[in-house]
Amino acid sequence: MIIDINFVGLIIASIMASAVPLILASCGELITERSGVLNLGVEGMMIIGAISGFALMTVTGSLIVAVFGAMLAGVLISTIFAFLTQTLITNHVATGLALTIFGIGISAMIGKNFVGIPGKEFPVLFESLKDTIPLISPILFGHSIVFYFAFALPFITSYFLKKTKIGLIVRAVGDSPESASNQGINVRLVRYACILYGGAMSGLAGAYLSMIYTPQWIENMTGGRGWIALALVVFSTWNPIKILIGAMIFGGLTIIQFHMQAIGVRIPVQFLTALPYIVTIIVLVVISRDSRKIRLSTPSSLGKSFHKDN
Amino acid sequence: MIKIVKRDQPSKAIFFFTPVLAIFLTLVAGGLIFFILGFKPFEALKFFFIIPIADKYGFSELLLKATPLCLIAIGLSFCFKSNNWNIGAEGQLTFGAIVSGGVALLFYEQEGFYILPIVILAGAIGGMLYASIPAILKTYFNTNEILVSLMLVYVSKLILDYLVVGPWSNPEGFNFPETRQFSDSAKLPLLFEGLRIHAGIFLALAAVVISWFVFYKTYLGFQMKVSGFSLKTAKYAGYKGKKMIILVFLISGACAGLAGVGEITGPIGQLHREISPDYGFTAIIVAFLGRLHPVGIIFASLVVAITYLGAETAQIFMQIPKYTGQVFQGMILFFLLASDYLLFFKIKFIGSKK
Repeated sequence: MIIDINFVGLIIASIMASAVPLILASCGELITERSGVLNLGVEGMMIIGAISGFALMTVTGSLIVAVFGAMLAGVLISTIFAFLTQTLITNHVATGLALTIFGIGISAMIGKNFVGIPGKEFPVLFESLKDTIPLISPILFGHSIVFYFAFALPFITSYFLKKTKIGLIVRAVGDSPESASNQGINVRLVRYACILYGGAMSGLAGAYLSMIYTPQWIENMTGGRGWIALALVVFSTWNPIKILIGAMIFGGLTIIQFHMQAIGVRIPVQFLTALPYIVTIIVLVVISRDSRKIRLSTPSSLGKSFHKDN
Repeated sequence: MIKIVKRDQPSKAIFFFTPVLAIFLTLVAGGLIFFILGFKPFEALKFFFIIPIADKYGFSELLLKATPLCLIAIGLSFCFKSNNWNIGAEGQLTFGAIVSGGVALLFYEQEGFYILPIVILAGAIGGMLYASIPAILKTYFNTNEILVSLMLVYVSKLILDYLVVGPWSNPEGFNFPETRQFSDSAKLPLLFEGLRIHAGIFLALAAVVISWFVFYKTYLGFQMKVSGFSLKTAKYAGYKGKKMIILVFLISGACAGLAGVGEITGPIGQLHREISPDYGFTAIIVAFLGRLHPVGIIFASLVVAITYLGAETAQIFMQIPKYTGQVFQGMILFFLLASDYLLFFKIKFIGSKK
């Protein structure tokens, strides 16, 4: 059997492409969670980003406006979550769920007039280099700027958390809000910022889906990716580099199922579609079993409200 | 001048008042959204909340939708009261429907009084089995129940999809993704001629009564309450935490499974892909809106059921997508959580002294 080496390259590239929205949303949520806030609204923020990006692109014709608009939409919708959980001290889990339900509803409302409209072509970089080196070129070249940004993001996030002062502050707020507050850090402000940043990244992930990955608007088009992104953060034990690995595994499972169907492997398609969810559960079990390990890596105040007057 | 003061104790009156406030604020915000979209707000709200339940048929539809919501929310209140975040009721509903549907299909040519009880029992067991997965993983492997129960929702829907397309699809069904119709003995009896409301409502009412009894009259209810306030206290008091976690998940799963049975043996009468319009997720809102109190949940399930009917009416008469119902559901929860602030804090208006 001869395996076309370029074909392998293309498969790897398509796996990476399907990993992009997961990486973006997970890295955003990771920062939010590192500050001690659990936002279950990723799916909702993502779908809002998807419709905002697509609608702005159709209306204004500008891709730049659309991409930044989608991020802004993610920020706006996450402001609701931030206001409720930080200012009004509501329960994180319930508020996040409300955000997801609300986001799916409102995106369908806005998207009513955008169903069936074809998307625009998104420019790719290094197109001319695509055929130069077998195997490597299709992986490295000919992708959108969002693609490259997504694969740089885990490293940027890791550097930010470990080496910068603001990163240290974020971790301090997540691990011990009381001590951080005693040091004069405005815990609420830091958490607001981290929530809004998570919103921006989820918005960008949504825009990638509706503008680049499958350039069109479909109701509920995020299809559970927001929840996978949340699972990935746990999978990574709050380590951005491991998000990259996890996202590739999940992207891989999605892509492989298409190819297995194409070559006629006799496994029910539903089983393959279910695999990423089952794998997430297994991974969760494996990493959580060691309670010491998970306690060391989980932000200590995750999901707990902090109120200065308490 | 406005000053915010912390209350010494959460206010009991406000505890039951805020759900009403939340519903009112949702209506105001909903009207505003309709106005922005270019509809007349009052007319739109009328289409959404009044016209769907204006006649006998509409009222029966309201009860039909409220039944699964109430049943699931009652089950969830066991989990939420004791600090267990089961958000996968939709999956437990689906799996309960699969198991009971499978049993009903075994009897598809038979009639007999014994069939329906077996089918109902199978659904409850199916829901319990499915809920036991996050429960066991939480207790013995320390795994986050939120993510596990949620991932299992997708898995259950795919299992259902596989079954109705593949091995269980109706052999005379021209390849439609659906099973055979169940025999009449496997269907819940209708309560009134010409209306779709069925005997499943009694299951919901029974759940309400039983849960009230358990919450307020048994030791288990007390243990749940203590664990909900503080896990440390519960441990100190020597409660068997693991046992209780598994128990509340099983109760919750059974309720969701029964809701699934109610749907497939009631209005649907067979298995197909779309057996639930996300009742399992919406019931989470119902549980909160009802303040995890059995009676509160009855009212909350009626209120939230209207958003389903309203979304359908609005889609037909105003060409608004049916997802609008979710906008209202999300908003109710937002406003409810927000107004809970009043439970713990007082807003004082201090007149400026001259």
